[in-house]
Amino acid sequence: MSDVVLSTRNLKKSFGALKATQDVSIDLRAGEIHAIIGPNGAGKSTLIGQICGGLRSDSGRVYLNNQDISSKSTQERARAGLGRTFQISALAMEDTVLENALLGALGHSGNPWRFWGAASRDTDLRDRAIEALVRVGLDGAAGQTTANLSHGQRRQLEVAVALTLSPKAFVMDEPMAGLGAEGSKEMTGFLDKLRHEAPILLVEHDMDAVFSLADRISVLVYGQVIASGTVDEIRSSPEVREAYLGEEA
Amino acid sequence: MSAILIFEQVLNGLQFGVMLFLMAAGLTLIFGVMGLINLAHGSLYMVGAFAAAAVAGYTGSFVLALVAALAAAACAGAIVEMTVIRRLYHAPHLDQVLATFALILIFSEGTRWVFGSFPLFLDIPDYLSGPITLPGGIEYPFYRLTLIGVGIVVALGLWWLTARTRIGIQIRAGENDREMIAALGVDISKLYTIVFALGAALAGFAGALVGAIQSVQVGMGEPVLILAFVVIVIGGIGSIKGAFIGAVLVGLTDTLGGIFLPEVFKLFMEAGAATQTGSALASMAVYILMSIVLIWRPTGLFGVRA
Amino acid sequence: MIKEHYVNWVVLAGLSVVPLWALAVDEPFTITLATRAVILALAAVGLNIALGIGGLVSLGHAVFFGLGGYAMGILAHHAQTYTALELGPFSIEGTKSMPVIWLTASVTSALAALLIGLLSLRTTGVYFIMITLAFGQMFFFFSISWSAYGGEDGLSIYVRNGFPGMNTLVPFQFFGLCFAALCAALLLHWRLRASPFGLALNAARQVPQRVETVGLNPMRLKLLAFVISGAVTGLAGALFADLNRFVSPTMFSWQLSGELIVLIIIGGVGRLMGPVIGAALFVMLEHLLGGLTDFWHVWLGVILLLIVLFARGGLLGILTGKEGPHV
Repeated sequence: MSDVVLSTRNLKKSFGALKATQDVSIDLRAGEIHAIIGPNGAGKSTLIGQICGGLRSDSGRVYLNNQDISSKSTQERARAGLGRTFQISALAMEDTVLENALLGALGHSGNPWRFWGAASRDTDLRDRAIEALVRVGLDGAAGQTTANLSHGQRRQLEVAVALTLSPKAFVMDEPMAGLGAEGSKEMTGFLDKLRHEAPILLVEHDMDAVFSLADRISVLVYGQVIASGTVDEIRSSPEVREAYLGEEA
Repeated sequence: MSAILIFEQVLNGLQFGVMLFLMAAGLTLIFGVMGLINLAHGSLYMVGAFAAAAVAGYTGSFVLALVAALAAAACAGAIVEMTVIRRLYHAPHLDQVLATFALILIFSEGTRWVFGSFPLFLDIPDYLSGPITLPGGIEYPFYRLTLIGVGIVVALGLWWLTARTRIGIQIRAGENDREMIAALGVDISKLYTIVFALGAALAGFAGALVGAIQSVQVGMGEPVLILAFVVIVIGGIGSIKGAFIGAVLVGLTDTLGGIFLPEVFKLFMEAGAATQTGSALASMAVYILMSIVLIWRPTGLFGVRA
Repeated sequence: MIKEHYVNWVVLAGLSVVPLWALAVDEPFTITLATRAVILALAAVGLNIALGIGGLVSLGHAVFFGLGGYAMGILAHHAQTYTALELGPFSIEGTKSMPVIWLTASVTSALAALLIGLLSLRTTGVYFIMITLAFGQMFFFFSISWSAYGGEDGLSIYVRNGFPGMNTLVPFQFFGLCFAALCAALLLHWRLRASPFGLALNAARQVPQRVETVGLNPMRLKLLAFVISGAVTGLAGALFADLNRFVSPTMFSWQLSGELIVLIIIGGVGRLMGPVIGAALFVMLEHLLGGLTDFWHVWLGVILLLIVLFARGGLLGILTGKEGPHV
């Protein structure tokens, strides 16, 4: 399909005898949110690692905008346009909110080899960082130390850093993790609008969010995609019920 | 350059290597199980040597001296673990480095205060001294041969301990997943104290054994400690097998390098300059070996932790 | 709680006032002590760039200190014996000019840092610690066995090297040069930390996986920090050798590597003036406690242990009441 932004082909990864992912082929189309769900231990984290670069696959390929990024390093994939958020916020806790956003902007600029002028006074970096913070609603907290933020604010900052990259595709690992009802609603609303900027591959446990956001859902169980389709198709699929939703209901 | 000389030096290299193994095994166990980098290991080596020299001087018995070395080092290790080390398991490496460096200062100066600045002497007992004739008519110091034997026995003992005993299983499981074994009901504190004391005992034992062929003095442990680190880098952290192979490699490289490198240079330099260059290069040989291994395998030959 | 800003200026002022006072009351030994503190501070400021910002626990920074010292020693030795250094096809005349020596010292140390960094930054932190320690030993043993430059006995330089326009034999003038070098290094640290490079490096210490996923390479950032750090400590080594007019293998010793880290932690790791406060305190302790007992290292060990366990932020942490960077 010509509007496929991110795709994987037959991704496989084993840890010794444990087959974490087996033959995983999924794709992400422009303007959509494609959710990946599955029970714990299904291989979701492994899959993310294989897509974003933290884990070297045993076999299989990853494509971003038709470019094969399978053998590229994490930083190369980021530069190619992959924007990742972590399940456990990966933020510089000692630094301020603004500084974390500046880091993203710096990454986007591709050139950290500047040694004299203050990073916080560089207009290009600053503008990009503040814009991202405004979008998630954290601009008021720009001067706060990240360690002092609430959990919800940290999740917002996590998304903001990804925004500064202006990525071609987002890979989000449980952005709702730890958010209360209010926070989840906000984040859901935010992601709903974000998909038009760049499609989102969304790994999530929060079923309410998944069902309201996802255009397509793929279900991962024991490293294999056992079903893939629209929300209704997945909801009514007996295999999925048995393997996953059945246990929840 | 006779075959006899080469063979002797190979044996010397082996002897050096197995003594290094005693140090490295303890260090790699402690790091593998507890995630702790311990600079004070050299001090425990020294404590063992001093205890042995003191007891040998007092009682005249080498066996008692060795027992004293094991006991003193193990006790010192246990005490240090319970008072200081225990607080460092979850601390950043910098803290571990600084705290154990502080221990080096305290142990070294403390020993100097108790025993003075002059080296002590530990004599090889009569029944172990003198040369022994090996097949082929080669004469080699009996004591050094004993050391090689002891080292191999300890290596086998450690292998048996980790592969076949309950504690060994706990140790190996602990190396892989600390939270898990706590959840399984293993008494972590006790396990850690035991592992630390075991490592300390090995170090003290090595100190006593080597103390008989070199002098027993303050500061004797740190050069050995640093070489043990080289062994671990080469062999891979957390691997006893790696520690053994790494130690033998280091021992042989250092000893044989010292013999062969000057000879190699003599091929195209005049004797004086050749010995100079050769010896200087020989002093770097072990570190060059380490660098080569690092280029080829950044986590060591048998590295468990990536 | 005192603001870090104020403490910094007070320390700098103190470090310049004390020698001025010593000059006034004609106590050249105090000036020498102050110079020693300033040079050790410079070496530690160098290390703090790699350690405090980059999180690189280098237990082998004595390598750069020693290389700087020997760069000075070798160049000055050839100058004072009127021989040239034969390096293959090149014949290098010695020199007793400080600017040239300083440049040589910094560049040599930077190159060594590049090589050591390339080898040791490919894996995790613990290997880095062990490898840097090992390389320190390597240089230590090499310098002992290389008798051309004194071997174990070291190398004496009869007359202090010269700096254009100054009389470096005058203790206060030499102090001034060293103090200027320290201020330059502090300025470098300060600007570096605030720069985009510093932002990225500081983040690489805390969350390397985040740095990767924004498209930057943590290893390259740390490598450059290590190289800059080595160069600064190398300069300190050259100055140290000039202060004592003597260079020996002990400049490569593990004890010195350890002391440099200790200096930083006493003052406050990762903070601009941490190394300076630490060096000043260390030299004072060395002088005062060392005068009282031969075994003062025991007390240093106890103090260090207490700091690590209970006052991790060092003196700056205690004074400002705020935690510094977590290294």
